[in-house]
Amino acid sequence: MQRCSILLCLMFLMSFSASVWADEVEQHIAKIKQVQKEGQGNLAASQAVQQLSKMDSTALIPILSSFENANPLAVNWLCGAFEAIAAKAIQQKKLPAKKLEAFVLDTSKNPRARRLAYETLIKVDSSAADRIIPGMINDASVTLRRDAVQRLIDEAKKLEKSDKKDQAKKVYQRALSGATDSDQVKAIVKPLRNLGEKIDLQEHFGFLSDWMIVGPFDNREKKGYAAVYAPEKNVDFSVELEGKEGKVNWKSVNTEDDYGIFDVAKSISPYKGAVMYCAADFHSPQKQALEIRLGTPNAWKIWVNGKLLFARNEYHRGMVLDQYSVPVTFQPGKNVILLKLCQNEQDDSWAQRYQFQLRIAHPSGTGVRSQKPEATTQLAP
Amino acid sequence: MKNEFFKLVLPLFAVCMCSGADWPQFRGPLTNNVATSEAPPSKVDAENIAWSADLEGRGASGPIVVGNKVFVTCTTGFKQDQLHVLCFDTETGKRLWKRQFWATGRTQCHNKMSVATSTPASDGKRVFATFSSNDVVCLDLDGNLLWIRGLSHDFPNASNSLGMASSPIVVGETLIVPVENDDDSFTTGLDVKTGIARWKIKRPRIANWTSPTILKSGPEAEALVLLQSSEGVDAIYPETGETAWQFEQGAGRIPSTTVGENILFVPSNGLTALVPGTSSEPPKVLWKEQKLSPATASPLVYQKRVFTVNRAGVLSCGSLETGEIVWRLRLKGPFSATPIAASNHLYLVSEKGLLQVVQLSEEKGEVTGEIDLKEMILATPAISNNSLFLRSDKHLWKISSK
Repeated sequence: MQRCSILLCLMFLMSFSASVWADEVEQHIAKIKQVQKEGQGNLAASQAVQQLSKMDSTALIPILSSFENANPLAVNWLCGAFEAIAAKAIQQKKLPAKKLEAFVLDTSKNPRARRLAYETLIKVDSSAADRIIPGMINDASVTLRRDAVQRLIDEAKKLEKSDKKDQAKKVYQRALSGATDSDQVKAIVKPLRNLGEKIDLQEHFGFLSDWMIVGPFDNREKKGYAAVYAPEKNVDFSVELEGKEGKVNWKSVNTEDDYGIFDVAKSISPYKGAVMYCAADFHSPQKQALEIRLGTPNAWKIWVNGKLLFARNEYHRGMVLDQYSVPVTFQPGKNVILLKLCQNEQDDSWAQRYQFQLRIAHPSGTGVRSQKPEATTQLAP
Repeated sequence: MKNEFFKLVLPLFAVCMCSGADWPQFRGPLTNNVATSEAPPSKVDAENIAWSADLEGRGASGPIVVGNKVFVTCTTGFKQDQLHVLCFDTETGKRLWKRQFWATGRTQCHNKMSVATSTPASDGKRVFATFSSNDVVCLDLDGNLLWIRGLSHDFPNASNSLGMASSPIVVGETLIVPVENDDDSFTTGLDVKTGIARWKIKRPRIANWTSPTILKSGPEAEALVLLQSSEGVDAIYPETGETAWQFEQGAGRIPSTTVGENILFVPSNGLTALVPGTSSEPPKVLWKEQKLSPATASPLVYQKRVFTVNRAGVLSCGSLETGEIVWRLRLKGPFSATPIAASNHLYLVSEKGLLQVVQLSEEKGEVTGEIDLKEMILATPAISNNSLFLRSDKHLWKISSK
């Protein structure tokens, strides 16, 4: 009877200490998740992360789980604690590999937490990549998906070399379904086109290709960036406007470029010291949080439904796909995107580009095309 | 009085925290490219490679050395948005730890550059790593996170589509981080213990890749930090960010000002030598010399001579007093890494990975050794423990006497 009591007491104590320990982990995590911009909460988070980093491997999964709803700064703090604990656990051969693998496979978890779990797992189990990655072709984690796409590209290349063209084509097509990084898309599209496949890259990436455009307005001495011209007050395609060189009207333009590039300098005129306004509709079947992804070597501002989302006063520092990612919430029905594109007066040969490419994408990078107007609910006027 | 005392003592304390052998930041302990008490090998060949360690991803940042640890940064991922800080044992080259974080700011940069182009800095107790995304990571020497900031997360228009490259420096209790670009351009002084800003000052709105320099006019003089931009050089107090004086005749935006023999050598109108006044007086121009115009690498002052490397890979040696060319030596360039000096030799590594050692004499410079590391090297090497530490994207090397 006495032994039984002692055992019960021990069990209670163990359970109690485990509960206290779990509380401690959660408290540290909670303090870390309070960090905000400009170092707010840094002092408490610094103490918490140092305490958390001393915990044992049982803290790993709670830390990964806490990435959910954590801001990007807090994610990095949590990442620091996770890596410190994981390094010790690997050294002590106490890494909870099975739990980490289950976490990676749980698509409801935060994509970055899953990637971190994966990268930690393969340090102790290199075969895990073969088990996990092939199933990630449409994963929400950009990096897990990239690894899966790469495997398919490699497989397709081998098939192509072995003259198994039909099989290669199918594998390339599967790879393309998950590919969003431009290097991988290029590596897939070229052989696929050589194999006779027609590919609409604008659709794949979600580029907007049909625009209304008006200008030029004055941007001499780069003053037009701050100036508020008529389209910023009201987008009305029927109205004639006072431009830099006289009256200007909105006109319809289109680009057939694979990567959605509309070149103002080539298609309209190589204006200098100019502002052009470009407008396009995006029809959304429902309210949805997406990203506007813009590439341009010119200064710009962007509005959606009249609300300024972001502005960038930088000229001729290069242009790449997805140069800027601007979070946006589209309303059901028609959404009006207005882009202000500014060209400066530099005469250097490398400072003549006046162009942009704009696409709509999920945060994971997957393109989203505008729906046909009839498929969407129109906003009430 | 108390504040004055700390203003004088803290910078010295920070330098003392790093042992004499340390190379704690870009261009060394005094940001002047010189290791005063070191003797790395002067005649080098492949047998001088003590060890090499594998690196991953991309990295143009220089290694730093604190005690028996060498730290490097790199980035991985298609978008270079996974940021890494790595630590190696200086004796064996064994990797002691690696930590990774995600970029919270933009990671676009010129193809030649990397998101890890800024050399980290250390105060002897902590390592501060900055990246083109303007994330600032502070770890202890064992890899434990102390704090992290995301300056582009906080200020979304603080970025450069060609990439940020300025390296931070530590002076006393302040980490000075330049975030200078075409739009939201600033430099900030962060508390080394918390990462919270002690000050933040607006800077010229133009892309800038230069790094801050320490100016200490004498043993009793207050340390100032020189911030270079297209407008010139601003000397600021590291504790407050307040301006002590300004040199307003313009300057380059890639090579950085170097201080030696109490003269400032500014990449301005070729190369301009400035003699500082008292802490609040602007400096006086000693000379200007177009023939000493540096390309990407910053000037070097050593043994009472000034050295620059031009676009053609020609090393020029000039008189400190007049700027007159003393001798020139054509090397195998081009160079992005800044030359460094120790024990009567200059060490220059070309972009193609060729390390060239130049022995100095009054009349000439002479190449006394070469090692072809056969990989692109953009990072300025470090000198510590009588050895050189160099890094490419793929490797970290230690070069020692046989």
